Amino acid sequence: MSDIVAETVGLTRTFGTKTAVDNVDLKITKGSVYGLLGPNGSGKTTAMRMLTGLLKPSGGHAVVLGTRLPGNAEPLKRRIGYMTQGFTHYRDLTVLENLRFVADIHDLSAQDKHRRIDELLETYDLREQAHTLAGEMSGGQRQRLALAATILHRPELLFLDEPTSAVDPESRRSFWEQLFDLVEGGTTMIVSTHLMDEAERCHRIAILDRGRKRADGVPRELMERIAGRVIEVSGPDLRPVSRKLTAGPGILSVAQIGARLRVLVSDGTDDPRGAVDALVRGFADTTTQPTRPNLEDVFVLATRDQGA
Amino acid sequence: MISYRHILAIVRKELLQLRRDRLTFGMIVMIPLIQLVLFGYAINTEVRHIPAAVVDQSDTGLSRALIQMVEATQVVRFEHHFATIEEAERAIVRAEVRAALIIPRDVAQRLVRNPAVTGRFPQGAQDTTSRPVAQWIADGSDTLVAAAIRALRRMPLGELFREATNTPTPTFEVTLFYNPEQRTVVNIVPGLVGIILTMTMIMFTAAAIVREHERGNIEMLITTPIRPLELMIGKIIPFVGIGLIQVAIILGLGWAVFSVTIAGSLWTLLVVTLLFILASLSLGLVISTFARNQLQAMQMTVFVLLPSILLSGFMFPYEGMPEGAQILANTLPATHFMQIIRGVVLRDADLADIAPDAIWLLGFSILGLAVASLRFRKKLD
Ligand SMILES: Nc1ncnc2c1ncn2[C@@H]1O[C@H](COP(=O)(O)OP(=O)(O)OP(=O)(O)O)[C@@H](O)[C@H]1O
Ligand SMILES: [Mg+2]
Repeated sequence: MSDIVAETVGLTRTFGTKTAVDNVDLKITKGSVYGLLGPNGSGKTTAMRMLTGLLKPSGGHAVVLGTRLPGNAEPLKRRIGYMTQGFTHYRDLTVLENLRFVADIHDLSAQDKHRRIDELLETYDLREQAHTLAGEMSGGQRQRLALAATILHRPELLFLDEPTSAVDPESRRSFWEQLFDLVEGGTTMIVSTHLMDEAERCHRIAILDRGRKRADGVPRELMERIAGRVIEVSGPDLRPVSRKLTAGPGILSVAQIGARLRVLVSDGTDDPRGAVDALVRGFADTTTQPTRPNLEDVFVLATRDQGA
Repeated sequence: MISYRHILAIVRKELLQLRRDRLTFGMIVMIPLIQLVLFGYAINTEVRHIPAAVVDQSDTGLSRALIQMVEATQVVRFEHHFATIEEAERAIVRAEVRAALIIPRDVAQRLVRNPAVTGRFPQGAQDTTSRPVAQWIADGSDTLVAAAIRALRRMPLGELFREATNTPTPTFEVTLFYNPEQRTVVNIVPGLVGIILTMTMIMFTAAAIVREHERGNIEMLITTPIRPLELMIGKIIPFVGIGLIQVAIILGLGWAVFSVTIAGSLWTLLVVTLLFILASLSLGLVISTFARNQLQAMQMTVFVLLPSILLSGFMFPYEGMPEGAQILANTLPATHFMQIIRGVVLRDADLADIAPDAIWLLGFSILGLAVASLRFRKKLD
């Protein structure tokens, strides 16, 4: 299929005895936002580094924009953009100086360079900071600069490693707006995150845990197909309830969210709500209520299955 | 295959960063300034005013005249008078003095028989009974101090009896070309060019690349189409200019403060200095591909710098070193440069005179640049 822009087959990377990425298969289609969802240390960065040719896979291979990796990744570097997890542009250069440097390295013509930088300063609201040192800007501004510098050469495929980890929810929203504007322009992107709400925005996601792919698919479908039921429990004194539930049969996980407990009950249980009701019977004023599964439940279930 | 635009972009970026790095910027000027003043004034192989003690067991007008004569040589300065030899020895142990002159009770008898006074060398049986006039005990651990004291052994003493000194006719006549006044600084100033360039050029380039690793910039750089050779060349060009500024400071100051004039042509000087700067820079690049952080880069610089100071001929003459040390010294760019720069600055050597060393430096630079570019792979592992 020609609309597959990136694909990995059995992609593996070890560091000494530690396997950071373990036999991962991915397929990313053109014009989509593909999310890599996983906790710290699950191998998101390592996977991206292999896909961008920065690290050599220890096993398996990847095909990115028709280029087979491991192999000569150099021609690929004009066609992809990689926004690293930390800020890796120069903190002791100004916004404008950073952008000019990137434009020169990517061989933009003098005229195009000027136009493109102007356009990016406008789009990413950096005009006022044009002469500010990158190191003196806020996390959100720096993130916008990094994105601008990453897409300056108009890459077809964009890798974004936890792009919103340093920004507030408001800036995160507008950052995602900008990402979708790029997708509309035909760019494909691979975004890593450990945030559920961010993963929900992706067209497709893969859930990574300890280097393994635990599940993948469209977020909505993953939530619908979940092999469990979610019951919400509310009451005045939830800590002892939580302890009792955790030990109960068929209970997969219990998480407190504000004044409620979110209880994930195994699909094998005939009457999930009844089972929870039975467990909380002794506690005063405690009520139960079935609710829709969310991505976090999918994640908990997926990482629990093979984890033990 | 090399893009000048990429190189230019790196150069421009380096200069911008350098301009904002006040400390490094200051070091570029301060290192040569301070080192030149320190070395120029402090290093002096001609030893004077060694603190000494005297134990005058005779305590006569004659012995006091002898003490004055010894002091008049300016080699020693008597700072203490002790009654016993033991006290003088203890003062040497405590490093209060470096040497002690012991004048025996019978100094007068010894003097009249001494050839340094009579001007005659021992000939008859009666002369062989002559004994030294007095004794020096000295701290021999510093060979320069010891040599200065030893030189006093044959001090003429005729003046003591108001006789014209009968100095023996020298075996050789010596004519000193270059540096006839025998000022140490004349040799030090051009040598210092080599030492300071070794230090700053290697350290700055090594640090400039390692810094990109430390700050993570390398991860961004290697996802761009830049080539290793472009990066290496772009990194060293600004330092070539800086190196030339440092050379100008050292030689300019050497001329203004220490009156060390440049005998050779400035063009020859420029060519050879550029060659040495290139060699040092490419060595810095090679180091940068081994060092993981700036501290390691610094340690490796010192590893090269110390032998460059000690073996290159800067401190001690190259010819006086054992063969093994000479072989080692020959692998250091500073050794070759030391020969060249002293030749050009002091002896007006032209390009043909220094060609072998110059070609060696050129080869070293090319090799270094190639090794660094090959070792710098666009990968994180
Ligand atoms: N260069 C390296 N050398 C040794 N181990 C490494 C290296 N890089 C990553 N690892 C290990 O591989 C595992 C996966 O790391 P990776 O950085 O890919 O995780 P991540 O999902 O990006 O985590 P985070 O959310 O914290 O960024 C971790 O256990 C890490 O310790
Ligand atoms: Mg990461």
